[in-house]
Amino acid sequence: MTAAAALPQPGCADAPVLRERGQREVFCGLTGIVWLHRKIQDAFFLVVGSRTCAHLLQSAAGVMIFAEPRFATAIIDERDLAGLADCNAELDRVVTRLLERRPDIRMLFLVGSCPSEVIKLDLSRAAQRLSQRFLPQVRVLNYSGSGIETTFTQGEDACLASLVPEMPAEPGAARSLLVVGALAEVVEDQFLRLFAALGVGPVRFLPSRRATELPPVGPGTRFLLAQPFLGDTARALEARGATRIAAPFPLGVEGTTAWLTAAAEVWGTAPVRIAEATGSAAARATAALARIRQRLDGRSIFFFPDSQLEIPLARFLSRELGMRLTEVGTPYLHRQHLAEELALLPETATLSEGQHVDRQLDRCRALRPDLTVCGLGLANPLEAEGLTTKWSIELVFTPIQGYDQAADLAELFARPLLRHAKLTV
Amino acid sequence: MQLALWTYEGPPHIGAMRVATAMEGVHYVLHAPQGDTYADLLFTMIERRAKRPPVTYTTFQARDLGGDTANLFREAVLDVYERFRPQAMLVGASCTAELIQDDPGGLAKTLGLPIPVVPLELPAYQRKENWGASETFYQLVRACAGPHVPKPGTLRTKNAVPRCNILGPTALGFRHRDDVPEVERLLAALGIETHVIAPMGATPADLATLGEADFNVVLYPEVAGQAAAWLRRSFGQPCTTVVPIGVGATRDFVQEVAKLAGVPATTAEGTLRLPWYSRSVDSTYLTGKRVFIFGDATHAIAAARVAEKELGFTVVGLGSYSREFGREVRAAAALHGVEALITDDYLEVEAQIAALQPELVLGTQMERHVAKRLGVPCAVISAPVHVQDFPARHSPQMGLEGANVLFDTWVHPLMMGLEEHLLGMFREDFEFNDGVQPSHLGHGTPSQSGREAAPAAQPMPVPAAETPHSAAGAPLLAWGSDAEKELKKIPFFVRGKARRNTERFAQERGIGTITIETLYDAKAHFSR
Repeated sequence: MTAAAALPQPGCADAPVLRERGQREVFCGLTGIVWLHRKIQDAFFLVVGSRTCAHLLQSAAGVMIFAEPRFATAIIDERDLAGLADCNAELDRVVTRLLERRPDIRMLFLVGSCPSEVIKLDLSRAAQRLSQRFLPQVRVLNYSGSGIETTFTQGEDACLASLVPEMPAEPGAARSLLVVGALAEVVEDQFLRLFAALGVGPVRFLPSRRATELPPVGPGTRFLLAQPFLGDTARALEARGATRIAAPFPLGVEGTTAWLTAAAEVWGTAPVRIAEATGSAAARATAALARIRQRLDGRSIFFFPDSQLEIPLARFLSRELGMRLTEVGTPYLHRQHLAEELALLPETATLSEGQHVDRQLDRCRALRPDLTVCGLGLANPLEAEGLTTKWSIELVFTPIQGYDQAADLAELFARPLLRHAKLTV
Repeated sequence: MQLALWTYEGPPHIGAMRVATAMEGVHYVLHAPQGDTYADLLFTMIERRAKRPPVTYTTFQARDLGGDTANLFREAVLDVYERFRPQAMLVGASCTAELIQDDPGGLAKTLGLPIPVVPLELPAYQRKENWGASETFYQLVRACAGPHVPKPGTLRTKNAVPRCNILGPTALGFRHRDDVPEVERLLAALGIETHVIAPMGATPADLATLGEADFNVVLYPEVAGQAAAWLRRSFGQPCTTVVPIGVGATRDFVQEVAKLAGVPATTAEGTLRLPWYSRSVDSTYLTGKRVFIFGDATHAIAAARVAEKELGFTVVGLGSYSREFGREVRAAAALHGVEALITDDYLEVEAQIAALQPELVLGTQMERHVAKRLGVPCAVISAPVHVQDFPARHSPQMGLEGANVLFDTWVHPLMMGLEEHLLGMFREDFEFNDGVQPSHLGHGTPSQSGREAAPAAQPMPVPAAETPHSAAGAPLLAWGSDAEKELKKIPFFVRGKARRNTERFAQERGIGTITIETLYDAKAHFSR
């Protein structure tokens, strides 16, 4: 581990947070559909919204997806608003057409949007009604991905929270581990092998790869969050008797070890066995990181708020790669779920929550960080001003968790700097 | 309620953004929830613009709805004025803000800013992107040029040197960037001066002087038709009706502007290659190729003429998502003896392409997807745009060079002349049947549904692909089944590299059987 990690540090647990209000340059929760529809392979996401919602999904995802997507938009039009058409009857018609077209679908999410929230279209009742009609073939659920209620990754939180009541009850009080948050399949498999070596099990994942195979939950369930943005899902699981295992997030060697260890300790695994089970993968990852560290050590980094992954990422980049944190912006700071992360963060970092994008750009330009992590709307304009950027959306679409992805994650930050150094045009 | 998988046009406020972003000195304050800011990436990523669009969003959230969203809007307007000092401001609402009825126009007016503030009423549940662009441009032109409208009955005085405006090019337009210099070149050859190009590159002050030109060139009727009609009514400026896409249309355009300017029609066609290329014997194979055309009205109508008259194709289908121009598209379709498809339902277009089985599709990025699935060659002729529609090189659609570009982009996806003959002669060659892509386009995989399987194509003798991978002289290497499975989880486009690296790693260390551990050891070793 790095020298910095060895020093006792008070961290950022009680550090003041700059709270801003103004234009928020962030995606809404609908964007989560872009990865969720690939993760849950028998589910379809139907946004009930406007042309803007359809255009957002297409713009955020369209360029990347060539197969027919398992998502669509039911576009509300003037007739629906004027009451000339009954919204519910129209929705039933659209859903029927959709399910005829896609007989392979087993779960349909009706996803609420800003317009459907504002006109108070009750999608939970619609989901119940449609479920009654299409069960057992298709189960219909609903959640909101609207921009007035959710920011970017919170859409995944809302989706997973809507799945929790559907999870079967775990018979008895047998202890099991539930890993919560969408992960790449290769990462899930790595974690399964590590948990097996740690004597932790049975291990299940939410979301499951198939909506029809949801994991059971009950008082014996202990859960680890794999993502930092799952506040509502955690609450829903706790309401079903499950207990959260507090831990930092599995980003980088340190985070992954702490995350695995937190579960292993609940299972009473001996420290020696923990060290054995994680030692070789951790050493391998540390060695791989050492090579990238030379390129990042001492470089400054600025985070615009985006996915709520900012704080765990900042912790990894500062402690394992020696980067110097300037401002670490997050759309929302969940103090409880991030307590372990905040304690590890160097107190020199400035935390900010929410956004006033123009003022934040002023601060960023004044600081001129070596690397700026930001969304797609800001990246090219900042590059044109001579700042080197890393688009944050890639951090959500790439397998970055666990030991064997630690170097990949570091590489994502090193590459823009390398490119900058390499180009002479 | 309409089921949409993909949409051809965004909501109308996107059209307003295309106008604002194209101009200088304009700022657009959009009452909109958080999330609507995604639209910035259209300009910064797809078009690779180096500046943020001049748009400020109020990004209200649920907690603001109970409170005072109107005040949020007022503050945003004042903030924008202080920070950006625009010459003119556009104010309006996106779909959600339209529902909460805060009246952005009225609110902005009460602030008494010392600049023109143009309220935009863009009904999001009724209209779409191009309509929004057109309405925004029209409102801006009226607001800026309106005060200079002469009294009724005033006689127009002609400029000594004929002068015109070029109207229509916007941000995020399909090749607008490259069309403008081509059209300027045509006009310059006739001795006509370009007064203002708008919206692209114009300021509100420039718009105020639009009336000083003798006539208007309407490049994109979808965007500029309405503004040009108002300019005709108010300033007595005539406007062009021909869009110079293709050789014939370019010649017609030259005739039309020459007449409007009162100058003799001349063009130096020295750089025009399409007519000769199309007459050269190699192009004989293009004769009668069945082509399906879909796009915005302007590009689709123009493409049909070029396809039929200048390349010798047969138009088997013509359609557009521009409902506002349905009449024009129907008239054009009638000329080609087909029925127009006017729809914005992507599934309907897909069904028609599948039914018509054309040999070439000229469409948008959506039709490119459909054509790819059906194994039909395709060239893109119209928005909605994709990052590939902003090539680094000059690639116009209009004027003389535009015609050359059309020849290249439409012909290249097709089989080349002799290749097509060989294909006809040796239909049973398993590597060379009509299910394969043209050789110069690499190996695509046309889908099963598209064409019938090549007649009597024998199953190919599969070269033993999974033989032990042994470099000459090196010991044999084997993959453990777990490792092989793990390898398959790696995305296909980097899998080959992962395989090679792991094998090299294993060989260098004398490892006989590759395990999962070897795979990751190698990954860590090679990660940089």
